[in-house]
Amino acid sequence: MVDIQADSKVKVHVENMNFYYGPVQALFDINLDIPEKKVTALIGPSGCGKSTFLRTLNRMNDIIDGTRIEGKVMIDDKDIYDPMTDVVELRKKVGMIFQKSNPFPKSIFDNIAYGPRIHGVKDKNKLMDIVESCLIKSALWDEVKDRLEKNAMGLSGGQQQRLCIARALAINPDVVLMDEPASALDPKSTLKIEDLINELKKDYTIIIVTHNMQQAGRVSDHTAFFYEGRLIEFGATEQIFTKPNQKQTEDYITGRFG
Amino acid sequence: MRGITYLVVLFIAYIIIDILIHGLPTISWDFLTGDPEKSGAEGGIFPAILGTLYLVVGTIAVALPLGMFSAVYLTEYAKQNKLAQSIRMAIVTLAGIPSIVFGLFGLGLFVITLNFGSSILAGSLTLACMILPTIIVASEESLKSVPQYMREGSLALGATKWETIYKNVLPYALPGMLTGSILGIGRAAGETAPILLTAAAFFLPELPTSVFDPVMALPYHLYILATQHPEAQKILPMQYGTALVLLFLVVGLNLVAIILRIRVRKKYKW
Repeated sequence: MVDIQADSKVKVHVENMNFYYGPVQALFDINLDIPEKKVTALIGPSGCGKSTFLRTLNRMNDIIDGTRIEGKVMIDDKDIYDPMTDVVELRKKVGMIFQKSNPFPKSIFDNIAYGPRIHGVKDKNKLMDIVESCLIKSALWDEVKDRLEKNAMGLSGGQQQRLCIARALAINPDVVLMDEPASALDPKSTLKIEDLINELKKDYTIIIVTHNMQQAGRVSDHTAFFYEGRLIEFGATEQIFTKPNQKQTEDYITGRFG
Repeated sequence: MRGITYLVVLFIAYIIIDILIHGLPTISWDFLTGDPEKSGAEGGIFPAILGTLYLVVGTIAVALPLGMFSAVYLTEYAKQNKLAQSIRMAIVTLAGIPSIVFGLFGLGLFVITLNFGSSILAGSLTLACMILPTIIVASEESLKSVPQYMREGSLALGATKWETIYKNVLPYALPGMLTGSILGIGRAAGETAPILLTAAAFFLPELPTSVFDPVMALPYHLYILATQHPEAQKILPMQYGTALVLLFLVVGLNLVAIILRIRVRKKYKW
């Protein structure tokens, strides 16, 4: 079922993973290899477990009381649920963009410098370099370079989301998780985010949850279809969208449900 | 509804105006800075003003950090189980306990058992116990109003739990925490019963020099002048003057905290 092009290395390896919210099982026996420096889209109807799956990759579910996970999640051949794993190190390596853009009510500069400062960067010039390069990477620099000290809450929705991307890049991650990053944005801002994703995949492994079929088609190299907590099908996006192997995938993609 | 609101405002206005009219003529430099003479029938109330300030500062120093950290523990760290619920219930119940009971508790624990004597320390600790529930409940509400995505955003950047709380939750919750604490501290400044048994003296020849000394205090002074003094009717101006100063102090305290809150609010708005 897994067909990854031979030229790319596996970045995230998930093996027999089950996940529970208290007594309720949310993910069933997930097996998945996510390739490095590609965009992998996770699609499926609401409540299918795709966001839950995404949040297992940086252990964000840890903060919810009563959650439990079984099986293996390996990033760069290291089991991230090993008791020896440093969650802080993991989250430095695996950045995350949330569905609702969540800039902190601080200046644009302080937002991006938040991560580096936490990890010990104090030098003002160095922080400035990081802020500049991350804003350039997230295609926001030209719009905000003259008002870095202004409160980030004054930015438009699309700008806020790109700021959040810049903030995530500032800690220099390998993997960037995106949880429906454009679902609250207008079409123009959405397009900007998608262009950005295309740009970023040169340097980062991107895993994106999306409700938007066209978006998955436009930005991703691989697509995983989730349904009722199970991974139904995983493959090259083109194949999933044109000739899916599973009936359920086809039904979903052609809009028969979901 | 509107009628009732006006009625309440009318009552408050009546009380304030009454105190102002009768109290203002008494207020003078000598009254504010002088020592009481002839059992408070003449002279000033300076030791009582100072004593109340000491008690308020002591109460803030104990209750504010304790209350805020308790609230942080309860909202951010404690598992939301039966134990946390019982603790919450206990705190809310504590808020409804009559202040004289706190006074007796303070007398038993701080004055006698811990042997602090009737002192600033014992009084401040007693008042702190009394206003802790107010501070904890208000702080909890304020912490809960900080959106969850602030915490997630920070954690996702590799911040530890404490870094997240310290840098990305507390700053935004602080204005609300202060607002709640103001109410408690204002109450502490005006309470008589808790300090009656733990800190206050009606007349002291000297100002306190350490936290183990007893103090005079405005509400207690007023209470004695109004009810225990042999010539209570004759010294009405002194009573009104003391009441006015106490009122002014409490309002002043609230103002300081409100200004502080507005300034923090401006810095962190979302």
